[in-house]
Amino acid sequence: MLMTDSIRQQFPILERMVKGKPLVYLDNAATSQKPQVVIDALTDYYTRYNANIHRGIHTLAEEATMAYEATRATVKDFIGAETTEEIIFTRGTTEGINLVAYTWGRKYIHAGDEIIISGMEHHSNIVPWQILCQEKQAVLKVIPVNDAGAFELQDFTALLSPKTKLVSIVQVSNALGTVNPVKEMIAAAHETGALVLVDGAQSAVHLDINVQDLDCDFFAFSGHKVYGPTGIGVLYGKKALLDEMPVFQGGGEMIKEVSFEQTTFNELPYKYEAGTPNIADTIALKAALDYISSIGKPAIRAHENELLEYATAQLENIPGLRIIGKAAHKVSLVSFVIDGIHPQDAAIILDNLGIAVRTGHHCTQPLMKRFGIPGTIRASFALYNTKAEVDALVTGILKTIKMLS
Amino acid sequence: MNHPPIAEIEKEIIEDFSLFDNWEDKYEYIIDLGKKLAPLEEVHKIDDNKIKGCQSTVWLTASYEDGRVYFKADSDAVIVKGLVSMLIKVLSGQKADDIINTQLDFIAEIGMMSHLAQTRSNGLLSMIRQMKNYALAFKTIQTAGQ
Repeated sequence: MLMTDSIRQQFPILERMVKGKPLVYLDNAATSQKPQVVIDALTDYYTRYNANIHRGIHTLAEEATMAYEATRATVKDFIGAETTEEIIFTRGTTEGINLVAYTWGRKYIHAGDEIIISGMEHHSNIVPWQILCQEKQAVLKVIPVNDAGAFELQDFTALLSPKTKLVSIVQVSNALGTVNPVKEMIAAAHETGALVLVDGAQSAVHLDINVQDLDCDFFAFSGHKVYGPTGIGVLYGKKALLDEMPVFQGGGEMIKEVSFEQTTFNELPYKYEAGTPNIADTIALKAALDYISSIGKPAIRAHENELLEYATAQLENIPGLRIIGKAAHKVSLVSFVIDGIHPQDAAIILDNLGIAVRTGHHCTQPLMKRFGIPGTIRASFALYNTKAEVDALVTGILKTIKMLS
Repeated sequence: MNHPPIAEIEKEIIEDFSLFDNWEDKYEYIIDLGKKLAPLEEVHKIDDNKIKGCQSTVWLTASYEDGRVYFKADSDAVIVKGLVSMLIKVLSGQKADDIINTQLDFIAEIGMMSHLAQTRSNGLLSMIRQMKNYALAFKTIQTAGQ
């Protein structure tokens, strides 16, 4: 077990009272809270060495540039990339996916080509491909989701064909917690010549990520879900692919030479980082990743899985409560509905008890439709959550049921 | 029909709420209002009458008689429905001009502003806007007819 008492002390927000009660924060899949080291990294940058990077020949610019590039090196190790050139900073997972759709997609997707996604994708991994397919008269194919909230590998391979150009798949479902067999999928896709983008928004914080071992072509994740700041994310791409892809946005930083007749573009990764980047949040992302590494993902996972098992057992005992998403392999997230109770009503009552959960369709409307529900109540756990907080949730739900029925 | 003015009904609601000294009683009262509000007939639950929030939905219909606007509404979430019930109580049967001009101060007075702020999750703020739009439309049609 993790020493949650000392870990909680590192997250100042957890001392907050909400509506007169101690905050029970169980909305970590939406965004995780930030440890003091991340907050300190932000203020330290603005207090001591705020400067624009890669340009100025002065001490502050040099310190800022070094700190910014140090994050790139840390990210490379965090996801097991081969070189720092393969690490592109974005605003978040959504921008990473869009970058691939607008650059690689515009160049390589043609009429009649096929793109495969699954039935449990976040809207961010549906809409960019829909837009691309409409523009190019390409076809979007969807892997069906079963009653457990997972899918069979053969249902995926059945969709693969020589027409498949890309598979864009979520590694961990944000709505259900399901862990998908991406490594096997990548191998199968590569056999037919298709590339694979992995949406790592939910997986990066829980699972050990090694993009070389996975052999994925692209991997996107967000800083704010890995205890880092909002507004910073990462797109990993294999160097050979990124080299061949057209540029995304034009501007400063991404150029080598500009004349009115012609512009030549900068090398990787700067080719994809137009304009002054989000320097402060990028620098603080390193503090977040170092923080995770200092505790170790296996220890964090063991703690979170214990909370998941405990919460699942407790919640299943509540009459009228039905867990949505019972895949064999899940992260620490539990989604559920309660007979006769609208999720939004439940969230309002729980909020009055100081308990933060997420309700609604979780930006996965097609998945909710698959289960015939408008939405769920979702509790998602992080390294600082405790069994006492699970108990508070269970007590809160019993009170919710009593008040609403 | 002798309909009390908006301010008077608002005052009544504020007085009712002043009796509650904890959030449970307050919400139980709103939940009760939601359950008691006569459901809108299914024929009216059509897309034209729908005010869709990200999480819950409100349906609203309006009619006009002798210079007064009458509303009927429903929601799939019971707390929203309770708030809807109060809005109906305050605004239904009022003169178009009074509906257009009211600030609905009672919502803040009874501590329910946060539910209006959540514009994406429920349709309450859009519902109020829509009620005022109906009042304005009825008034315009009537003025044009004169």
